[in-house]
Amino acid sequence: MSRPMLARLLRSALPALSLAILLGAIFYLQPRTMSYFGLNLLLNLAVPIALATLAQMCVLTVNDLDLSIGSYVSLTACITATWLNDTPILGVAALLACILAYGAVGALVHLRNLPSIVVTLGLSFVWLGLAILILPTPGGKAPGWIRELMTLKPAYVPFPVIACVVIALVVHVVLMRSPYGAVLRGAGGNPRAVARAGWSLLRVKVTMYMAAGTFGALAGIALVGLTTSADANIALRYTLLSIAGAILGGSEFVGGRVSPIGAVIGAVTLTLAASFLSFLRLNPDFQIGAQGAILILVLALRAVIGRTEADR
Amino acid sequence: MTPRITALSLALLAATAMTPAQADTSDKRIALSNNYAGNSWRQAMLQSWEKVAEEAVGEGVVAEADAFTTAENQVTEQAAQIQNLILQGYDAIVLNAASPEGLNGAVREACDAGVTVVSFDGIVTEPCAWRIAVDFKQMGKDEVSFLAEQLPEGGSLLEIRGLAGVFVDDEISAGIHEGVSEHPDFKIVGSVHGDWAQDVAQKAVAGILPSLPEINGVVTQGGDGYGAAQAFRAAGRDMPIIVMGNRHDELTWWKEQKDANGYVTMSVSIAPGVSTLAFWVAQQILDGADVPKDLTVPFLRIDQDNLEDGLANTEEGGVANIEYSLDDAKEVISAAQ
Repeated sequence: MSRPMLARLLRSALPALSLAILLGAIFYLQPRTMSYFGLNLLLNLAVPIALATLAQMCVLTVNDLDLSIGSYVSLTACITATWLNDTPILGVAALLACILAYGAVGALVHLRNLPSIVVTLGLSFVWLGLAILILPTPGGKAPGWIRELMTLKPAYVPFPVIACVVIALVVHVVLMRSPYGAVLRGAGGNPRAVARAGWSLLRVKVTMYMAAGTFGALAGIALVGLTTSADANIALRYTLLSIAGAILGGSEFVGGRVSPIGAVIGAVTLTLAASFLSFLRLNPDFQIGAQGAILILVLALRAVIGRTEADR
Repeated sequence: MTPRITALSLALLAATAMTPAQADTSDKRIALSNNYAGNSWRQAMLQSWEKVAEEAVGEGVVAEADAFTTAENQVTEQAAQIQNLILQGYDAIVLNAASPEGLNGAVREACDAGVTVVSFDGIVTEPCAWRIAVDFKQMGKDEVSFLAEQLPEGGSLLEIRGLAGVFVDDEISAGIHEGVSEHPDFKIVGSVHGDWAQDVAQKAVAGILPSLPEINGVVTQGGDGYGAAQAFRAAGRDMPIIVMGNRHDELTWWKEQKDANGYVTMSVSIAPGVSTLAFWVAQQILDGADVPKDLTVPFLRIDQDNLEDGLANTEEGGVANIEYSLDDAKEVISAAQ
């Protein structure tokens, strides 16, 4: 095997490798986690984070960045805990409207050639405001079927594991293996070539933003299924987590280089990193810093591997 | 080896010397899940926990009593923290929650895993958890009934409220108004927002004073009494009875006035040591005691005769504090039964 090939292999295996190391360390520190019950508790909050990370990855695919995903997930969580529970038709309509709004943002960013960071930063306050309007005080109730789905106890394999694998594989097949998936990624890698080949860049952007909106809505629904009720501020942390998760999983900020499986692994790794630090009984004042240090460590490794890959 | 033997013999001593029921929790582990540590009240709360928990572990009442604070004040962070605590095998989780509703899923998981959850201050609504709540309404009513004792013929009151739109402000104010309707000799002639801060309260009171008749009493929410006193003095008005809120500057001013001219008032607030009350309640539940799900925190009230003690237990810039004992917890439990 030649050196660049080995490097490429290492690079794609890096997210899975870091996850395995972290999981091993957690099993060592807290053997109770090495059970059906333990894995379930350890990973169930990773499901909404994984969905939010995929949403972020969709936006990254077309060279944009979404700073509003956290408050958007909060909004969809609030809709799920209120309208979707009380009047399902209104709830579904509202969630669809949210997804359409995301598509419109994609169109706006593309047509006016606006920086997505600025647009989505502004929108994050709009989503948060809407969430507070819908649910002024924390409350609401998760619809029964969502609660049942999220607390499902299938035989042998814990539900969060199944959910993460299924989500990752479905997105992988659509984005990485289908012909239109190649066009979508190509629009991030070389937009002019894609446009010359006769594809509408506007349509690509709207598609990816709507996909992001869909995953964001699913994240909100999954989150409410776990927490049983919502809060307008419930998912604000997801903005940074989703970016970190996507990058950790091997996606790049530009160039349409993304990896759905990596994104899910990245999200799970970040969730586990927090648990790992808490099992270590690290002072909370240092925990955020330590979480950042883990992130930098993995990214530094990737940069080293990337350099070997570059010098043939 | 020696400390371990000492701890063991202490545990044995505790088991034999105290009521036999206490030995039942000597192998139990209790965790504190806290969402925020960024103000003096929360710092005092954590210190009180540490002090009482350390003693309890030393005496062998419980095996462990660790405090965990989330790195960020976020619902999802604390939900993950609670799930981690379940995995770490704690028998009870004492919880100051980031959201009354958002943690219900994690709390449910804890209950299903057989973990006792006791929430205090920031309580959760999940029915399987215990709640140690603050009756802010009663606090407002107590203030008015104290004034009614001091001023039997009634008079004009100035109300200083807290931060607008916050639940605590509405509750205390509702209690005050209820108290006034029970004592019709009193009349609230003015109301300002002091935001629980001395400087804001001083400005607000100074602004409204010229338009007010003689004031006999000032009902407050804590953190605003000293500012109100400054405003009255600057305006050259007669000093009314200002209810204080256990802050160090308020108690110091009261002490000065008491020594100089026998000034009489009262001071009331919630002690940050309520975390230790929650600790003992959790210990009692683990011990098999029959504890009602809803308990009420007693207020920490300072009166004319125990002002000196209260001031001695207050750090400069802090809030008056007490640590609760097992007997206090038993009293609270039996009061709720």
